[in-house]
Amino acid sequence: MKDVYEVRMHARAGQGAKSGSQLLAEAAFKEGKWIQSFPEYGSERRGAPTVSYTRISTKRLRTHEPIVNPDAVLVFDPGLARTIDVIHGLSEENGVLIVNSTDSVEEVKKQTGFNGKTYVLDATGISLSLLGIDAPNVPMLGALLKVTGVVKLESLEEVIKEHFLEKLGEEKVNKNLEGLRKAYEEVAK
Amino acid sequence: MSKWKSITGAQAVAEAMRQINPDVVAAYPITPQTPIVEQFASFVANGIVDTEMIPVESEHSAMSCTVGASAAGARAMCATASQGLALMWEVVAAVPGLRLPIVMPIVNRALSAPINIHCDHSDSMGATTIGWIQIYSENAQEAYENTLLAIRLAEHKDVLLPVMVMQDGFIISHGVENVEIFDDDAVRKFVGERNPDRYLLDVDHPYTIGPLALPDYYFEIKRQQEEAMQNALKVYLEVGDELSKISGHKYPYFEEYKTEDAEVVIVVLSSTAGTAKDAVDELREEGKKVGLIKPILFRPFPYKEMRKALEKFKAIGVLDRSIAFGAYAPLYTEVRNALFESENKPKLQSYVYGLGGKDIFKSDIKKVFEELLSGNVNPEEQRYIRLRG
Repeated sequence: MKDVYEVRMHARAGQGAKSGSQLLAEAAFKEGKWIQSFPEYGSERRGAPTVSYTRISTKRLRTHEPIVNPDAVLVFDPGLARTIDVIHGLSEENGVLIVNSTDSVEEVKKQTGFNGKTYVLDATGISLSLLGIDAPNVPMLGALLKVTGVVKLESLEEVIKEHFLEKLGEEKVNKNLEGLRKAYEEVAK
Repeated sequence: MSKWKSITGAQAVAEAMRQINPDVVAAYPITPQTPIVEQFASFVANGIVDTEMIPVESEHSAMSCTVGASAAGARAMCATASQGLALMWEVVAAVPGLRLPIVMPIVNRALSAPINIHCDHSDSMGATTIGWIQIYSENAQEAYENTLLAIRLAEHKDVLLPVMVMQDGFIISHGVENVEIFDDDAVRKFVGERNPDRYLLDVDHPYTIGPLALPDYYFEIKRQQEEAMQNALKVYLEVGDELSKISGHKYPYFEEYKTEDAEVVIVVLSSTAGTAKDAVDELREEGKKVGLIKPILFRPFPYKEMRKALEKFKAIGVLDRSIAFGAYAPLYTEVRNALFESENKPKLQSYVYGLGGKDIFKSDIKKVFEELLSGNVNPEEQRYIRLRG
């Protein structure tokens, strides 16, 4: 693992990317890492494009610049690639792109113009089947963990329980955990 | 035992307020200060603190309530940002003259117009001449610690002045970072209780606060305020030494980073100083002698100490996150002032950056260092970073 691992998430407001960025950071925090999780804020309204960042480091973090060269990019809505340069700064040699899509990897590569390591996951499908809503954040994180190993699955499971048990109840938490594991198994190269 | 948490700068300040457990908090939520008030309100609602929280209809009322409570003898706090600070201005300006030790976290945000919710320092930099002590924080950890320090500084009998504790809007207030929250008992012992000599609810010793003072005594009262400001320089260091025993951190007037053998330095406040440290390290690896000075205590401004720290460099770039329209930018002005008595004045260059939340990158800061190293500076010119051409 690199000293500093950086993740950028492109989503639409309401898809839970800000929470996703935070859950990922907290899982790394549990593993004793230095973390930053911060979104780009605009005029918040459901459906508007959002960007969220997570930095995970073995050393104390001092920088407060936005992430310029992410190690991984998660795209929560494939339609965003039509108007936003979602792969900006992502290295084709080492970078990882994960897109929430029902299209094939080849099609997603064409849509995004990215020729590096690309993965697709029907995160919305998983979320709809388990929770009945389009909240692809937890499945997207499952895919990221499988592909990069940036944090352990158990650490994220623990964070999800801590965050949502009181708020959502046991049944929904278990469905979120199921979604996480399902994504972990299903993510396709 | 201290405890590490992954929290935002806003939550870190709310944690400080939880440990301070003020008697009264009156505040009105305003972006990006809102999560401070939100978190603190939940502490009140859950009985974690026994603070009387007063929901008010505006910032003018928030500061009025805080003033009333503080005058009555309570330890009273408020928090605001940008337009909120602007709206409460009438009362804010009265607090130092009333000698009320109110501590107010400020989450720096641009001032309208055009309307903008993002970070710059034009809100608090507009309040540098009215007698509030000002402390700027680089990250969530510093915002937390500076808030604790501010309580003791404000309430010290030789000071009795209000303190604003700044953090950068969104960048710090809404960014999650690792924050060490010190032991509750140790912090409570450090902040103690407010014990004012005089207060309105002390009915056995009635006194008047905020009376009319015409040309006979107004001037003299203002002169006393200035003396208290100068006393704050000494008390800041004393209180900082005490806090060091809990935190293990130091509380200087300004932080000096890799300045010992530096030829050129950047002077910059708050979160950008963190980014600049990374830029310094990268240029140092290339053998370039660069360093950083991060002012922390901005009011009172430590002119003498700053002059001694700065006069040894060849060139200094000062980065301001606000404009003082028609004048030199606020931080640049103070650096120029500090160096006036110096025999070997470094070359100076003023830069304005980041207004309304315009991002600043490590690469921008490296460019500034290269410019300073090349000698391409003009002390009378204000340059702009990442401004659209």
